[in-house]
Amino acid sequence: MITLEHIEKTYPARGGGGAVTALADTSLTIEKGEIFGVIGRSGAGKSTLLRTINLLETPTRGKVWVDGVEMTALKPAQLREARHSIGMIFQHFNLLSSRTVYDNVALPLELAGVPKAQIREAVEPLLDLVGLSDKRDRYPAELSGGQKQRVGIARALASKPKVLLSDEATSALDPETTEQILHLLADINRRLGLTIVLITHEIGVIKEICHKVAVLDDGRVIESGPVFDIFAHPQSEVTRSFVDPVINRGLPDSLKDRLIPQPAAESNPVLRITFTGERATSPVISLLSRKFNIDLNIWHGQIDEIQGAPFGTLVVEVVGPPNAIEAAVSLLKVNNLGVEVLGHAVPGNHRVAV
Amino acid sequence: MLSPEIIALLFKATLDTLHMVAVSGLLGTLIGLPIGVALAVTGKGELLQSLTFNRVFGAVVNVTRSTPFIILVVAIIPFTRLIAGTSIGTSAAIVPLTVAAIPFIARIVEGSVREVDRGLIEAAQAMGATPFQIIRKVLLPEALSSITLGLTLAAVSLIGYSAMVGAVGGGGLGDLGIRYGYQRFLPEVMLAVVVVLVVLVQIVQSAGDLLARRFNKRNLKA
Repeated sequence: MITLEHIEKTYPARGGGGAVTALADTSLTIEKGEIFGVIGRSGAGKSTLLRTINLLETPTRGKVWVDGVEMTALKPAQLREARHSIGMIFQHFNLLSSRTVYDNVALPLELAGVPKAQIREAVEPLLDLVGLSDKRDRYPAELSGGQKQRVGIARALASKPKVLLSDEATSALDPETTEQILHLLADINRRLGLTIVLITHEIGVIKEICHKVAVLDDGRVIESGPVFDIFAHPQSEVTRSFVDPVINRGLPDSLKDRLIPQPAAESNPVLRITFTGERATSPVISLLSRKFNIDLNIWHGQIDEIQGAPFGTLVVEVVGPPNAIEAAVSLLKVNNLGVEVLGHAVPGNHRVAV
Repeated sequence: MLSPEIIALLFKATLDTLHMVAVSGLLGTLIGLPIGVALAVTGKGELLQSLTFNRVFGAVVNVTRSTPFIILVVAIIPFTRLIAGTSIGTSAAIVPLTVAAIPFIARIVEGSVREVDRGLIEAAQAMGATPFQIIRKVLLPEALSSITLGLTLAAVSLIGYSAMVGAVGGGGLGDLGIRYGYQRFLPEVMLAVVVVLVVLVQIVQSAGDLLARRFNKRNLKA
């Protein structure tokens, strides 16, 4: 549905500073009907990336395709036409304060020259969809943040777009309202088959509704793929820093203090075992214990749900002869469970034998 | 205390002032508003950036704005004659008043339009709006309340300016005040002129405030 090919965006030097590269050789493919998330810290280039899709930002180099149309090759009038099929919602809603809810939602249709009667036919169901029929004659100043974003969503959908771009749409909202807006977006995605591209700095948003995710850092896509895979096996430091707080891969400090990087006398290896999908519920610990006659001390464990699939992590200290431990690790690997040696534990007081 | 003749003069002078202010205000808005919008949208990084246009018009506006009004009145007498056929009287006074009002209103409108949140322009662009549509459907409606306040300010200034054209035979309340109040030592006429001017300014300001409040939908209570 959307293809970005080697996009580069450089802002010319201003004042004393040199030229700023916002995006460096970024390529992405977003499939039809997907909710695609782009996450990154502020200044990573997310906003620029999103705006190159509807060409609010013209890339310095590279090509953008949306729904088979090469956006970067369009003349201004054709580009305006193409933008009718790309809706956009914003962090600060960007509603016209001088227009009522109804008139705000009607605006894109007015701009496209749609007759009044047809506008009404289009706007009223949209107000129903976002649950604001009773607010149709209110002004944005009379609405809460969540209601304003609903108006923004209805407005973005008015011209029946194929793609919805979301620019930090929930970042100005409280957690509960964020949840509602995300559900609304997921619902729209399912019902209308709309492709959604959203940028965010909140990993919770990605976890909640995205199918795929790209991690952007310093103007580059450093990792991308299905959300589940990125959460289960983050490759880069930046991705880990996003993922860790949500799925709690981190260890309590008291346990961290007992870890040393290399084996020592009386130390035992500490493993992080990752269970995904159906394996999240398999009785692997007792199996290992029985089969290899080793002890497994559970340090830390958690089961999360990502995109509706269970995802568990377990941190264990393994006590037993080295060859038995090795055999246990290879059994885990054969079973496609994620195994990672976090370090080696020196004796402490907090062990609980299983 | 005021003789019927003076009251009649006062009435006539008030009408003259209103006539001058209304016509020059209207013409000034008709010409100044588009110039103001043009100045706002042609600035650096704006919707229709055109720095040459912006600099040239900006310079013309600044020159007119920095010329003291009384100098402007005499300086453009030939132009006034060309337009009004005379340089004396109420109709002639409308010419310099309009010439002064245009850049004043242009700058006010420019400021109001520039205040509009850039996010709204971006949103409209994302919807596929043309620059002209953005001006008409986004910038002007969103700036309307602020423009109304600015035009009120312009009208009040024009009332003041209109008193000055009295000095060059322009007619109106200023003319009455100078000729009867000052030159004929009739302090009660001077006082009456001042009172009428104060009342006029009050009415214009209150009406402007009221309209501006009505146009402003930004501070409605939820």
